[in-house]
Amino acid sequence: MSVKMLPNRDGYGHGLLELGKTNPDVVVLDADLAKSTRSDWFAAEFPDRFFDIGIAEQDMLGTAAGLALGGKIPFVTTYGVFVAGRAWDQIRTTVCYADLNVKIAGAHGGISVGPDGATHQALEDIALMRVLPNMRVIVPCDAIEAKKATMAVAVVQGPCYLRFAREATPVFTQEEDYFEIGKANILKEGSDVTIIACGPIVYEALLAHDRLKEIGISARVINMHTVKPLDREAVLKAAAETGAVVTAEEHQIFGGLGGAVAELLAQNRPTPMEMVGIKDTFGESGPPEELAVKYGLTAKDIAEAAKKAVARK
Amino acid sequence: MSPQSVEKLKEICKDVRADIVRMTAEAGSGHPGGSLSSVELMTALYFNVLKHRPEDPSWPDRDRFILSKGHVCPVLYSVMARTGYFPVEELLTLRKLGSRLQGHPSYKALPGLESSSGSLGQGLSIANGLALAAKLNGKDYRVYCLMGDGELQEGQIWEAMMTAPHYKLDNVCAIVDYNNLQIDGKVEEVMGIAPLAKKWEDFNWHVIEIDGHDLNQVLAAYEEAKQCKGKPSVIIANTVKGKGVSFMENVAGWHGKAPNREELEKALAEIYGREN
Repeated sequence: MSVKMLPNRDGYGHGLLELGKTNPDVVVLDADLAKSTRSDWFAAEFPDRFFDIGIAEQDMLGTAAGLALGGKIPFVTTYGVFVAGRAWDQIRTTVCYADLNVKIAGAHGGISVGPDGATHQALEDIALMRVLPNMRVIVPCDAIEAKKATMAVAVVQGPCYLRFAREATPVFTQEEDYFEIGKANILKEGSDVTIIACGPIVYEALLAHDRLKEIGISARVINMHTVKPLDREAVLKAAAETGAVVTAEEHQIFGGLGGAVAELLAQNRPTPMEMVGIKDTFGESGPPEELAVKYGLTAKDIAEAAKKAVARK
Repeated sequence: MSPQSVEKLKEICKDVRADIVRMTAEAGSGHPGGSLSSVELMTALYFNVLKHRPEDPSWPDRDRFILSKGHVCPVLYSVMARTGYFPVEELLTLRKLGSRLQGHPSYKALPGLESSSGSLGQGLSIANGLALAAKLNGKDYRVYCLMGDGELQEGQIWEAMMTAPHYKLDNVCAIVDYNNLQIDGKVEEVMGIAPLAKKWEDFNWHVIEIDGHDLNQVLAAYEEAKQCKGKPSVIIANTVKGKGVSFMENVAGWHGKAPNREELEKALAEIYGREN
């Protein structure tokens, strides 16, 4: 089966272009990475509404806050590790405390930035953003969903964090698929275990579903593109109906999607659970596909985790 | 609002100083030192310079003020109350549970605040963003941002110092309350920032240096900044920390400490008893 491959940051670029045409209040800021983040597409079409702030992420967030206070809808863009990490206090105190309408795009999330190594691999950004009051956290699974997410955050009022991967990844959703912030998409029905995933690894979860089917395990697959606010109903229903849960994300297992699901289940419906993700370590340089194997982020790893979760029922 | 005479402003400054010591004494905590050094800068700004409507705090054409050194909110709350944003009596709720007057400014808590602040170094970037929005929206409002001298040690300030001239934000007016003291002691001993005017000049700002307690100089500086076109302006105001209360003047310890009852009485007697 051949699958179309695109980096989901392309979806961001297309979403910005669309917004540029339809919403005159949208402005875009970048920190000297416009080509990598695809914000250069917007810059080329709408130069008067694009501001390169230089290599100064903290100032970029503050400037965006001011633009939001002035009635604009600023999209700030850079690598996830730099925006979520370096400008965290600006996001917390200036943006989130005041609930300002700033949209933050973190590119190169996860290990897919590959050869650049640990310094450029955002593996903690979901956790850092999720803990902030007023913040929404959205992790699109492919380029089509990334475009929809970009369009969607422009409509809601308040801070949003969008996370994109670097590498081309399978495009497996359809233009006509429903997308709503905070509403999970069930991609496969199943009765023995539920795999909840976000980002490009959702595709691996689908492959895991097929592997599990071969050995007689029926897995539900949920694309949890919005990590915050988490779709509580979808998670609790899945836990009730399947009795075992696996989370999968290209992020530290602590504090991200797995953490969010675990918090919800522990308080409402304790359920056997396994987490697929980076296990409390920094990444290293290498081809993304080899890194995925090394750090246990493949369909095989998800299927193994699902078997474990089922065995614990 | 109609502008006040310098004589009248001097009288108002006394009331603002009295508010600062009363509020912090009542709260039992807060930051009187840097509040007192900013009194003339803030009083002149709120009474004579800002284009604003305290009765309509979200008036779209208003000038904006960002308090980057958020800990000196007592002086901001005082001039806001005295220009009519809220009742003067409310000042005594500072830092108390349920108060709109949070220990550091909270944008959501009090109408008329333009931003939350308290983590130092972030204000000038916000001012730049507001100024950019004005240009994009074809508005002619100006944006003022008060910073502390110790605060300039934050790297983000220098990032923002690059951004404003780069985008020719002549609607930005930065103000540095240069009182030479921070929590740990003298600014030059903790982490030197001198020569300050030269640094701003080198970043392509229009620099105006004044005595920050001389109201005539303060008013003239705001006017000069307004006239400067094509680049942003900064007013470097030489001030005295704790100004107006003898035992607080030039004492780093009064950065973040409230006066007790006895000290409060002494301070009020001095504020109203002697000419500034």
